[in-house]
Order: sequence, then structure tokens, then C-alpha cells
Amino acid sequence: MVFTLLPLSAVAVAGPGEGAMLYRQNCAVCHGVDGDGGVGIPLNLPDFLAVASDDYLRNTLRDGRPGRVMPAFANLSDAEVEAIIGYIRSWSGQDAPVYHDRSLHGDAQRGRRLYEKNCTACHGDRGQGGTGTGVTFSRPREAPVMAPALDNPGFQDSVSDAMLKATLLRGRKGTPMPSIAALGLQEKDADDLVAYLRTLKMESISADSKPLEPVILYESEYDLEQTLENLKQAVVGRNFRVIREQYLDQGLAAEGKEDKHRIILYFCNFAFLNDALAIDPRVGLFLPCRITLIETDHGVQVMSINPKNLSRLFNNSELDRYCEQMHDLYAEIMEDATL
Amino acid sequence: MKRFLLLALLLVSPLLAAQDLFMVRSQLPFPEAMSVLQQSIGESGFHISRVQRVDIGLTKSGYKTDKYRIVFFGDLDELHAVSDRHPDLIPSLPLKIAIFAENGETLLLASSFKHLRPFYTSPDLLQKFDQWESAIREILERVRVAE
Repeated sequence: MVFTLLPLSAVAVAGPGEGAMLYRQNCAVCHGVDGDGGVGIPLNLPDFLAVASDDYLRNTLRDGRPGRVMPAFANLSDAEVEAIIGYIRSWSGQDAPVYHDRSLHGDAQRGRRLYEKNCTACHGDRGQGGTGTGVTFSRPREAPVMAPALDNPGFQDSVSDAMLKATLLRGRKGTPMPSIAALGLQEKDADDLVAYLRTLKMESISADSKPLEPVILYESEYDLEQTLENLKQAVVGRNFRVIREQYLDQGLAAEGKEDKHRIILYFCNFAFLNDALAIDPRVGLFLPCRITLIETDHGVQVMSINPKNLSRLFNNSELDRYCEQMHDLYAEIMEDATL
Repeated sequence: MKRFLLLALLLVSPLLAAQDLFMVRSQLPFPEAMSVLQQSIGESGFHISRVQRVDIGLTKSGYKTDKYRIVFFGDLDELHAVSDRHPDLIPSLPLKIAIFAENGETLLLASSFKHLRPFYTSPDLLQKFDQWESAIREILERVRVAE
């Protein structure tokens, strides 16, 4: 066991072999141990490695994809970033492509028409990308790989015009992305498409880092029993199913010794849940939907987490929007039950 | 010795140290990873209060999904002490870890307390957040490295 620790303790100075370890520690959880993908997109596709420059990988690691799950790894040293890139590169056994950083001068207006005809089905009408996370092996989904958000500032800042063009010309086997030749387009069309892609700007991304209240809280006008009953009716009235009612310390306290003044009501709408899991398989941390009742000397309080507050941890704009709905839903249920 | 080795692993695990969510991939299939998780929670001094079988509800409702569970855990005295002093933390208690199958492997996920810290000033509570985060990282790391 000591022998396995020795290389681990040498992380500060990244060298050969450490890329694999750093990859496992930082990337494998989302992209898979062998780069097959998961919450993150696959990294081991030959067509991806053939067009992705080291600059692209480096900038992606550093800046992430704001609002699209991939975090910015500011904690990694330059040597560690290079070691990870070296490890990813080793999967192809080929040298990294090197591109010039000059802008291509295509016709953006024409590129827009080409984009609308050929690209919107996967990448969205504004380049906002596909729904959900990279790939998932846990449940059925429409596309095998989420189409990247082309308007994302992290992507726009990482990719060069030349790399965009190379991707268009080559396509990406293992994903729905064809080469533009397969679509009947020419090299000049790629220049026009790149010119248009450079005009895409993400519509909204939450730049507000002000912390949001962690709890939604209502005071009830009723006693504990009546509030609980009201709550169940409000939950069912919104097409949710009550799945469990329990004391806060149930399962930890001895049976019969639980604190009867703190009650949790769990509920679920499985269609809603299924949609949420399609957006982000990590939503388990919100599950199950839950409202807690607390009886004190001063009355009954009803409270839940604020999903908008928790969602901030996920770097997923789509989930943020979903959590706004969840917040409103919780608030409506609690208001119904308490007023 | 075992605890020292785990601590050493944690110290060199930048993902776990730096991110808002604590997330690891176990190369064990779901049943084995779940078993290790349950054991690991016990080794950190907690008790499991309940396991929510999310996948069962989904499949009964006609949706397809692989295994997906939420494991709730805590310590009774700690739960009472913290919830008595900070009732607004009750919705976040007991602690939980989401565990789900992914292509023959298993992903595990827990939240840090970063989203709660700005609202509390009590040194005791902030220390408790530190302790919980440390314990969760230990629990997850044991599952990650288990073979």
C-alpha cells in the first residue's frame, strides 16, 4: 500500500505517468476512466483527438464551460494540466494538431443560412447546444452524445477558427456530427459557417454570485396535524404523490423514541423526476422532494431547501431554470398548506 | 495506518478538495459499490437512516433507468444538537449521498456546504461543516479506491 502512495504524493511536480493519475482524480468521474464519457462527453473518439489542439484542451481545462457542467480547474498547476493533456493525447498515439490563430474570413450571413439548414437540429437555433449532460448509460435518451453549446464563452474562447473548420470538414464518428461534405457542402461553406459561429453569444448566464437564501420557510396558522394534512392535499393537488412520511430522526433514533415534533413529508412526480434526470443525472441531491414540518412552542413551521441555492453548485444553467420551477412549486405548496 | 493512508489520498485529490460537489467514480458494479459505501459510512462513525430507491419508483411508473439510490445517514446526537441550535438546517439533514449505476461502474455524489456557509457565522457550526465535508470525502474516497 505504501508503494501506491509514493507516486501519489509527488503530484506537485507532474511527470510521466502522473497524467493518468491526475486524469483519474479530476476527469474520470465525468468523462470515464477510458474517456468513454458519462456526465461529460467522450474524450477518446479518434476524430475528436485528431482535431482537438492542445491549446483547446488546455483552455477548456482552465476555463471550463460556464453553465454547462464542466468546471474550471483553476486548482491545477500548469504542469498538472500538461500531464492530463499528455495522457488524453496518449489514447490516439498521434501528435496534437497545431493550428494558426488567424481568423477566417467567411460570409457570416451565408453561414447563418447554412447553420439554420444543417446544424440547428442538434446545436439549437442559437447554438445553445443539446439538452442534458455528455452521455449517459443509465437511461434512454434521444441523442447518444449531447451536442456542445457553440455559444458558450468557454468554448468560444478555447477553440480556434481553424479547429472549428477542421471539425466541420472531418465530422466526428461515434456522434451524430457528420462532415459537411456528407451534407453536400464545400470547404468555402465551412469558412462561412465558422464566421457565423463566431457571432454566437450565449443569451443568459447567471453572473450573479450573490448567495441565495438556503431555506424556504413558512409559518403555519394550523397545528402540526392539520398542517401535515394540508400539505398532503397541496402536494396531491399539484400532481405529486406522497411517498413517505417520517420523523426527522427516524432510522437513527430507537423505534418509538423519535422526536415527534419534526416530520418530513417526501413526495414525487416521476414524470417531473425523469425530466430532471435527463437534464442532469446528478439531481439525486435534490431527491426526493421534501418538506419538513417543525412544531415549536411558538407554532408550526414548514420549510424546505431552496433548490435555487443548491443548484448553484452544479454549474448547469438548464438545471438552474428547472430549480426555479421547483422553488416556485415548493413555495406554492407551502403557502397552500399554511395559509 | 488505514486512516493515515486515506488522509494522504485525500490530500492529493484535487477534485475532492476543490469542487463544490464531491463526486467520485467507482469501477465497481453498483451492488458492490453500494456495499462498500454502506460499510464506509459506518467506518466514519455514522449510521444509515434510510435508502431511497429512486429507480424503483421510476420503473414502476414506466420509465427506464439503471440503479439510482439516495443514502441518508447521520449521527443521532449530532442531528439533535445541530437541528436544535439551527432549525433552518433541518431541511438539509440527515446527510445524504446519491449513488447511481453508469455502464457497469458507479458514480457517487454528495454536496459540499459551500452554499450554506455564507449564512452562518457560528464557529462551531462552520467547524461542523468542515467535519462533515471531511467525513464525506473520506467516505467517497474509500469507495473510489475500493477494488
